[in-house]
Amino acid sequence: MNAQVGQQTDIFRKLHIDAPLLLGLLVLMVAGLFIIYSASGQDSALITRQITRLSIAVGVMIVVAQIPPNFYLRWAPPLFIAGCLLLIAVLLFGSMGKGAQRWLDIGVTKIQPSEMMKLAVPIMIAWFIARKPLPPTIGHSVAGFALIMFPTMLIAKQPDLGTSLLIASSGLFVLFLAGLSWRVIGGFTIAGLITAPILWYFYMRDYQKQRVLTFLDPETDPLGAGYHIIQSKIAIGSGGMWGKGWLKGTQSQLEFLPERHTDFIFAVFAEEFGWVGVLLLLAIYFYIIARGMIIAIRAPDAFTKLLAGSITLTFFVYVFVNIGMVSGILPVVGVPLPLVSYGGTSMVTIMAGFGIIMAIGTHRRFLRDN
Amino acid sequence: MLNWRRRVAIRDHLAEANLFARRVIVALAMVVVLGTILALNMRTLQVDKHQDYQTRADGNRIKVLPIAPNRGLIYDRFGRILAENSSFYSLEIVPEQVQDMPALLAALAKLIPLDADLIDDFNKNVRQQRRKFKPVILKSRLTEEEAAIIAVNQHKLHGAYIEARLKRHYPYGELTTHAIGYVAKINQKDANNLEMEGKSANYQGTDDIGKLGIERYYEEILHGQVGYQEVEVNNRGRPIRTLSEQPPTPGQDLVLNLDIEMQKVAKQALGERRGAIVVLDAKDNGILSIYSNPSYDPNLFVHGISSKNYKALLNNRDRPLINRTTQGRYPPASTIKPHIGLLGLESGLITTKTRIWDPGYYQIKDIEHKYRDWKSWGHGWVDIYKAIEESCDVYYYDLAVRLGMDSISSFMNQFGFGELTGIDIHEETSATMPSREWKYGRFRQPWYAGDTISIGIGQGYWTATPLQLALATSILANEGEHFEPKLLKSTKTQTGELPVPAIDRKPVEVDSERNWQVIKTAMEGVVSKPTGSGFRAYDGVTYPAAGKTGTAQVISIAQDEEYDEDEIDERHRDNALFVGFAPVDDPKVVVAVIIENVGGGGKNAAPVARTMMDYYFAHYPESF
Repeated sequence: MNAQVGQQTDIFRKLHIDAPLLLGLLVLMVAGLFIIYSASGQDSALITRQITRLSIAVGVMIVVAQIPPNFYLRWAPPLFIAGCLLLIAVLLFGSMGKGAQRWLDIGVTKIQPSEMMKLAVPIMIAWFIARKPLPPTIGHSVAGFALIMFPTMLIAKQPDLGTSLLIASSGLFVLFLAGLSWRVIGGFTIAGLITAPILWYFYMRDYQKQRVLTFLDPETDPLGAGYHIIQSKIAIGSGGMWGKGWLKGTQSQLEFLPERHTDFIFAVFAEEFGWVGVLLLLAIYFYIIARGMIIAIRAPDAFTKLLAGSITLTFFVYVFVNIGMVSGILPVVGVPLPLVSYGGTSMVTIMAGFGIIMAIGTHRRFLRDN
Repeated sequence: MLNWRRRVAIRDHLAEANLFARRVIVALAMVVVLGTILALNMRTLQVDKHQDYQTRADGNRIKVLPIAPNRGLIYDRFGRILAENSSFYSLEIVPEQVQDMPALLAALAKLIPLDADLIDDFNKNVRQQRRKFKPVILKSRLTEEEAAIIAVNQHKLHGAYIEARLKRHYPYGELTTHAIGYVAKINQKDANNLEMEGKSANYQGTDDIGKLGIERYYEEILHGQVGYQEVEVNNRGRPIRTLSEQPPTPGQDLVLNLDIEMQKVAKQALGERRGAIVVLDAKDNGILSIYSNPSYDPNLFVHGISSKNYKALLNNRDRPLINRTTQGRYPPASTIKPHIGLLGLESGLITTKTRIWDPGYYQIKDIEHKYRDWKSWGHGWVDIYKAIEESCDVYYYDLAVRLGMDSISSFMNQFGFGELTGIDIHEETSATMPSREWKYGRFRQPWYAGDTISIGIGQGYWTATPLQLALATSILANEGEHFEPKLLKSTKTQTGELPVPAIDRKPVEVDSERNWQVIKTAMEGVVSKPTGSGFRAYDGVTYPAAGKTGTAQVISIAQDEEYDEDEIDERHRDNALFVGFAPVDDPKVVVAVIIENVGGGGKNAAPVARTMMDYYFAHYPESF
């Protein structure tokens, strides 16, 4: 290693920033800006706003990265309990938006407790599981599972399926990474497969069944629920191997594609940059995930390992669910393409998550002293 | 690091780290598998099914828009334009581009006059409109000045535009209405007809269709072939750019036999009087002039006539909407005496020597009813010449009764009475040439001898249109030759004019060609002999003319009553008629005139016919 690189690494270390991870995130953000510009019909005002949000998100990440991980260790239960109370408050007094109750008006501003829980849940479960030696016992796992399901159900009731799915995953990843017995995992999988038809026949309402059916065959409802997914697949498919070129996607430029710069931005990307572009984008995501997992493996203790691993894998869930939904292999749930889709709140949460990962990767000295 | 791990001895940190690392590897493997599934699914969509989705994407974005062809123009025989496509300025607003509609309308109202009605209609249209980017017309037919004012203030009027649209315009207005007709907006009925005839596709993009006259009859030729433009549209159907274009084929231009200046003369000659004038080219029955008075402005219909104006036309007592030349059913009166005379000669019932005594009335044996002559004291001894020249009624009462209705009917059919003439407009009636069968079918009554008596002087059940009279006169003048009267002279092509051949029908054949001469000589006497009923009107003509006057009773006069013009309601006065042709030996022009409720034909209709003939001979020097 030459001196200069060493010096640079030193600066990043002092700032508690993981340079390789930051690089991946920035590449993604810049790519996102270009796609939003195209998807919004070259709306520079929108780009300005997105840049502001990205700056705030990066700022939040840097601030969070300065907080030593054992802060979370100490504050995990209060944070989690406060989050659950806020979720209950949302259900009782929350304000509506887009047909769901997600926001809590606290006078000065509105807050969205489910976003906070995206981090509070993995912190809580990691704290809870790491208190005892790994792998967790069955009883400990069941207790942890209960802790996961409580906020998950509260959010699902809002209803916000996308977020509850992400929160449940973040908790379950902790259990999995902690070494949850394969037998338990297998048992739950089988139980799930048995429950599904029971739910279908006895508990699901007609409109819910309809949504599932439309997902399975969107062409049955081309102008209604199927419209989004059909137009999205047309956009993707017509992109071909090399894409139609930046700003040249007909499906997006001529506005056939709905939710172009938010949830369905991946279709815009796929249309304009083709399969080759898609592989490149997937590679960038894989790079970020791999980097997050490396930090997790190198983390000094069980709590930080589990937390970093869980946040990283949850990030992948975003990517998988979004791309899966846009390309028609998963049902439509409102999950953005992380760091690319236009939008504020979830991006700040994601970047705060990467702040925690960076803190875990750079605060070893502090832990050692503890 | 390892030191630190060893210090906390209760937990097996190394085992935990190994366990965690194994789980991370499993997790990463899962990430790779799921990522590969995504990538492979994308491959299916983007590579394997690319063609399919490309087609569907094109289906989304490419729309085919029709381009309406320009309608063919219509000229008169001397190349003067009778129907043209003119730019009309209209003020149009694109609702999508307007932020504050009331403010914009207020601003416009300050610049040009805008009625409350216009604004109400406009607001209604905007509400009903589905595609907000399409312009809605606020005011059509702007004056040049109004268009200029809006154009100058354009920068302050976002969303408002001056559009120039091609609309049919008839520069001669009411002069040509009954011949040329007009175009107007395609309505539901027209659309259904087009659908049935399989022509809907060709009318995509066309707003107007021929509704009357030439415009209707030659719709197919005038319309042309629609063109197409392939455009890229957005999700709301708004065209973004043109991809390809197939230009339309414009409709063919038509040249009519009509002479618009002669048409003016006809209108002038009729003045305020209700009536009809038909002037035919005797060589092929090309229609030089065809005018029905009163007429109306066809341009009103092109721009959508208001219901108030339409009601006014519909309820007008003078019935301007009726084309009197082809739809007016008039008793032909004495104008058909030459034809009946010809039949008399042909049948051998009379010769040029035959004379009858006219005491002023005619009676059938055993019946008290007296059929009176127009000349109450009688014409004295009358032969065929005098009978035509002076229009003796008694001669024809007698002749008709002797001929019998069957022979009159079938002979007159040959002259076109009771049949459509074949003129190239659809607004035509065959009128009535009565017969036994006809009367029985219509009234369930047998034919009485008394019915035949009135037929002898062209009254009773017999009706004819002015065009039929002109045609029958032309057949006589041409000694049996029968051409369908036509408005269309030729169609214009790129290389020149393509003449439309005249259509001839079965000629009237006679046993003795000399009989034509007899009748024509008699008709010449009508205008050339001082005793002729048309003499005064034709006094001093420079060309040898022939003709026949007619005076048709509109109401029947009681037995012992005198017809007194001043005492009868204006609408019940006699119709004046005149038919004629010239020159006698080589007929070039045929004229038929009917003027309603003005009295005698010799006094009222013959001068009008002469005016037309004078005009013809003054302006068609090649005819001599």
